[in-house]
Amino acid sequence: MAYDYAPYPYIAPPGLSGPEPRHPVVIVGAGPIGLAMAVDLAQQGVKSLVLDDNNVVSVGSRAICWSKRTLEIFDRLGVGERMLEKGVTWKVGRQFHGKDEIYSFDLLPEPGHKYPAFINLQQYYVEQYLVERAQEFPDLIDLRFLNKVIDHTDRGDHVELTVETPDGTYTLEAEWYIACDGAGSATRQRMNLAFDGQTFEEHFLIVDVEMETSPFGDHDTPERWFWFAPPFHPGQSALLHKQPDNIYRIDLQLGPDTDPKEEATEEKVIPRIKQIVGDAPFRLDWMSVYKFRCAKLDRFVHGRVLFVGDSAHVVSPFGARGGNGGVQDLDNLGWKLAAVLRGDAPPALIETYSEERTHGSAENILNSSRATNFMTPKSPIEALFRDEVLTLSERHPFARRLINSGRLSLPCSLEGMTLQTAGDAPVPPGAVITDAPLTGANGDTWLIREVQGQFTLVGFGDMALPQIDGIARIGINSRGDYPCFDATDGHAIRRYGNAHIYLFRPDGHVCAVFTTPEVAAITAAMKNAMGAAL
Amino acid sequence: MILDDKLGQDTDAFYNALMDLHEGLSEAQSHALNARLVLILSNEIGDLEKLKLLMQAAANAG
Ligand SMILES: Cc1cc2nc3c(=O)[nH]c(=O)nc-3n(C[C@H](O)[C@H](O)[C@H](O)COP(=O)(O)OP(=O)(O)OC[C@H]3O[C@@H](n4cnc5c(N)ncnc54)[C@H](O)[C@@H]3O)c2cc1C
Repeated sequence: MAYDYAPYPYIAPPGLSGPEPRHPVVIVGAGPIGLAMAVDLAQQGVKSLVLDDNNVVSVGSRAICWSKRTLEIFDRLGVGERMLEKGVTWKVGRQFHGKDEIYSFDLLPEPGHKYPAFINLQQYYVEQYLVERAQEFPDLIDLRFLNKVIDHTDRGDHVELTVETPDGTYTLEAEWYIACDGAGSATRQRMNLAFDGQTFEEHFLIVDVEMETSPFGDHDTPERWFWFAPPFHPGQSALLHKQPDNIYRIDLQLGPDTDPKEEATEEKVIPRIKQIVGDAPFRLDWMSVYKFRCAKLDRFVHGRVLFVGDSAHVVSPFGARGGNGGVQDLDNLGWKLAAVLRGDAPPALIETYSEERTHGSAENILNSSRATNFMTPKSPIEALFRDEVLTLSERHPFARRLINSGRLSLPCSLEGMTLQTAGDAPVPPGAVITDAPLTGANGDTWLIREVQGQFTLVGFGDMALPQIDGIARIGINSRGDYPCFDATDGHAIRRYGNAHIYLFRPDGHVCAVFTTPEVAAITAAMKNAMGAAL
Repeated sequence: MILDDKLGQDTDAFYNALMDLHEGLSEAQSHALNARLVLILSNEIGDLEKLKLLMQAAANAG
């Protein structure tokens, strides 16, 4: 069944009839990133106003591939389990060259993690779940649809905004302006900020079809099929994978010289789809042509204006790093902004959002550019190398590793950056939390559940943790007057080692490690992570 | 002979560097570059028996 795009109601905002009190945070854009940003702040007691020029969720499936780290962050925000339940976890990947399958692989999940490596779920569901989650905070999140921001001015200690509604325009003031207005960010354009990078000449056609019978054959296993130069689409690449509701995503590379308008017609598309999915009946659900770009801002923090998500960086979709990268942005910014607004940290802490996430987005751009380059050879010699890699891969594992149709998004490490205290441990400072199953007094739980959302000191093995203001404590395989858990099947100890103490930031990154519970050292690391040295 | 991966984490960076090396060259120049590269890498391997096996692996793949 096609997704029901029920419009959200527009309510005339108070600003139309009189000035509104200054808002601590205004979030411009209710895409997945803006919505999740609001939920993150609300969970920390911070009020925000979210403005969106539209009144429906994402039209078309767009982002469908959500990584493990994103799911773990969404777990903290209260929508992870719902996404996992609805989403499709693919299990088998098949790689084709021409008409032949060159190899296949089973994606066996590593045991001892709450979430799989990734799931497929249409962006419209993710946004719907986030809107519904946001509505659970009526006192903290003010979500206004059909409110388009048409101008803004940074006044130093606040930002002034002009907003257009069906009933006319009004103005607002915000202490912080978070631009989550997407790849075409008007905020960024108004500020004339350079958004440099690489545009790829290829066009890609993206099609969603709904069909009752699985194109993967008569079994229920969701697969991912990737073709280089398939017979039905000579010289180009094609991708087929499954989304919930019997919707299948087909990506077709169109090459640089095709006319995208002509390609995106039913007469052209339907015969191709038939060659991919066979004769079973299907319904065309959504179709769009894209040209991809990798670009980013130099800095994500400009005075009182903060760029988060696609407004700050765009990548080609190979490797699913757009939405997933944006989710890591808001996870990084949320606790910092809340700490600054509470007066617990200096405003300079916000600058570290830029330091840490420009690094993450540069890594994402590097990876997706490499994948795009592999998939779209620019010269005959590149095409030759690509084809011979494919030939060798039928037999040789080393060549399979060279095939690059997208390296799935992994969280980046913040090692060596300002807020981390250097140290040595199995999971080093800067690395993001690795999940593990735990058993506690109240039953089974997960490390990501117990750690994320506040500074948490975790002792692995028989370590007594000191009580320090502003730091939660948990013990693994130890006893104390604070929550203690057993490492189910030993996973946690295997991953973190025995006799190590880790200090986790609220976003789950390790910021310091210790082998002895010294109050002074732990306090200093915590202060450093809160920006005391800035 | 089955050849396993030895580049690990550097796989993509290696491939990219190789493509960069060819950037802007004519096909004849690329061809010559590839020949030089094969000779240099063979010398680095420095083991005739192994080289013969690798040559066979390349010849048999097509
Ligand atoms: C074909 C395709 C496939 C993709 N696949 C994946 C994938 O598998 N995995 C992945 O992680 N990512 C994927 N992406 C990327 C992903 O869709 C984006 O990264 C993601 O949507 C970014 O979210 P955002 O909230 O930053 O921006 P958007 O989703 O673009 O949201 C911006 C919001 O701001 C609103 N807005 C804009 N201007 C104004 C204004 N002036 N005033 C008020 N509101 C405004 C818009 O209406 C919109 O709601 C894909 C993208 C495409 C196009």
